[in-house]
Amino acid sequence: MTTAHGNATAAAPAPGADTESVGIAALDAGKSRRMPGWFVILWRNGKCRVGLLMLAAFTLVAVFAPLIAPYDPRLEDFATSEAPSGAHWLGTTAQGEDVFSQLVHGARTSLLVGVVAGVLSTLIAVAVGLTAGYLQGVVDEVLSFFINLGLVVPVLPLMITLAAYAPVKGLWLIIAVITVTGWAHGARIKRAQIITLRTRDYVTAAKFAGDSTARIIAYEIVPNMMSLIVVGFMGSALGAIGAEAGLAFLGLGDPQTVSWGTMLNQASLGGAMTTGQWAWVVAPGLVLALLVTSFTLVNFGVDALSNPHLRED
Amino acid sequence: MTFFVRRAGFFLATLWAAVTLNFLIPRLEPGDPAEALLARLSSRTEAVDPAQLAAVRKLLGTPDGNLLQQYWEYLGALAQGHFGVSYTYYPYSVTDVISEAMPWTLVLVGVTQVISFAVGTVLGAWAAYRRNSRTDSLITLGSTFIGTLPFFWIGLLLIFVFAITLNWFPEGGGYGGGSQPGWTWLFFSDAFQHSVLPAVSLLITGPIGWILGMRNNMVQNLGEDYARLARAKGLSRRRIALTYGARIAVLPNVTGFAIALGSILGGTVLVESIFNYPGMGRLLLEAVSNKDFPLMQTLFLFTTVGVLLANFLADVAYGFLDPRVRRKEAA
Repeated sequence: MTTAHGNATAAAPAPGADTESVGIAALDAGKSRRMPGWFVILWRNGKCRVGLLMLAAFTLVAVFAPLIAPYDPRLEDFATSEAPSGAHWLGTTAQGEDVFSQLVHGARTSLLVGVVAGVLSTLIAVAVGLTAGYLQGVVDEVLSFFINLGLVVPVLPLMITLAAYAPVKGLWLIIAVITVTGWAHGARIKRAQIITLRTRDYVTAAKFAGDSTARIIAYEIVPNMMSLIVVGFMGSALGAIGAEAGLAFLGLGDPQTVSWGTMLNQASLGGAMTTGQWAWVVAPGLVLALLVTSFTLVNFGVDALSNPHLRED
Repeated sequence: MTFFVRRAGFFLATLWAAVTLNFLIPRLEPGDPAEALLARLSSRTEAVDPAQLAAVRKLLGTPDGNLLQQYWEYLGALAQGHFGVSYTYYPYSVTDVISEAMPWTLVLVGVTQVISFAVGTVLGAWAAYRRNSRTDSLITLGSTFIGTLPFFWIGLLLIFVFAITLNWFPEGGGYGGGSQPGWTWLFFSDAFQHSVLPAVSLLITGPIGWILGMRNNMVQNLGEDYARLARAKGLSRRRIALTYGARIAVLPNVTGFAIALGSILGGTVLVESIFNYPGMGRLLLEAVSNKDFPLMQTLFLFTTVGVLLANFLADVAYGFLDPRVRRKEAA
């Protein structure tokens, strides 16, 4: 769950990088290939390219899961607790389901939770962070209090308590719980950023020109925070994927949904370790780690978007 | 002085918010958890103490009744230390059950976190000292990579390899059948054996945050003007790294430690569940699966208050360690 550190590891500024020419090169390349400039910058970063390719692969698997998976993930027609074989690449579960098919369908759950909860908590973080940082005064004091509260409350116990009281168990409940508990970190970073941005000359100029606060925030400030918002989204999505896996592993997830967390939960309950079914235990954790790795790698490139020193030719 | 007053104010305000959150969560739900619990309690053969019932009511709420009045009664019950009776461990009170589990978690988390902090700070400082060398990239990339592994999965693999395949350590639990909790050598060695795998799974990912935080802080400090001056003065590289880099870089990690405590406790829930370790995390899950709402509420309250208290203490310590923070807040 220590995922927030990924982007902090970005290498020290490469000495002597000619910022402007790189930017111009990126623009040129963008025009000639009909690709947006930001994509070119991401693509030129070697680590980020690997991450983007991995992420694309995961997305393809998730979208075409029913075509890729050889069986229905819930079909219990096979011999129970079988070792990997030609018919069942990763063996079968204690209920006689195909592990590989579950693994493929699990990509859907993880990506869905990551994207939806990531977007929702980023929206909350942006709204709260921007309002607090821009308005300052009493509003800031009150919102900062809630941000700090959200930062210190132990998240997993809170998620467990919320999930335990809920009358319906389902994936959307999990997404809601993750969103409610996961926005504070992003909000704090965005608040800090806007406090440095709001005194810039162009903001003052817009104010004198008579622009409304909403317009200034939307047109002057948010564009300058875009890379921060994207990094924040990646962090939230990672946190959400990890949280879903953790909750599902604890048996608090949606029993109807196939996810990597529920697979590990069932592997642990179904005695995968006593029957020696390595593949059933290793595979879900490994793909989870690969998905997290791909996000971390993409983050290296996103850092380069906001910090031209980190760009690579 | 303003700094400490502000911090104390924040602590009290968050404490109040946590207590109120604890009051509101069960009342947000459409059903009546108290009613369900009382029905189950009264179906037992033993007589239920009416005073305990009243405490449960105050904690979980009544379907009809003034919310404000309930809130007042709830605060009163908390102030007197009435947290109700556990359904799972009836007739034991919730506080009895928790005080049984608390030492296990405190020892496990305390020991592993101190080790993580020490190891992480040293490795991070070393990486910053040898920055942009092979050692540095080995440490930073290695810890970034290990950080991507889901750590409850690491725990499962540890059980698979060291408990089931190699049979070096027990699979789970806090102590074996042969010993009873007490101040005996047999119990301690047994408990130690049982704690090795849970501790290792916390220690594999534990130092990562400190390594990266320490390295980044220290690299930044070594680029500051005072470090340049120290180099110009001809001080040794080692001396600069230790007194001009590491000493200042370790400061932000102190508050980081308190903030991380919340997520560390979350991790403990997972570890205790994997290893069936008799601490507060497993108790929380047990309470959830048995719908033991009083136990669940109280555990949540205790954990939150513990984390808030740790944060307050870290803030105060930080204020003493770094005078700049005090002045900034007072200004």
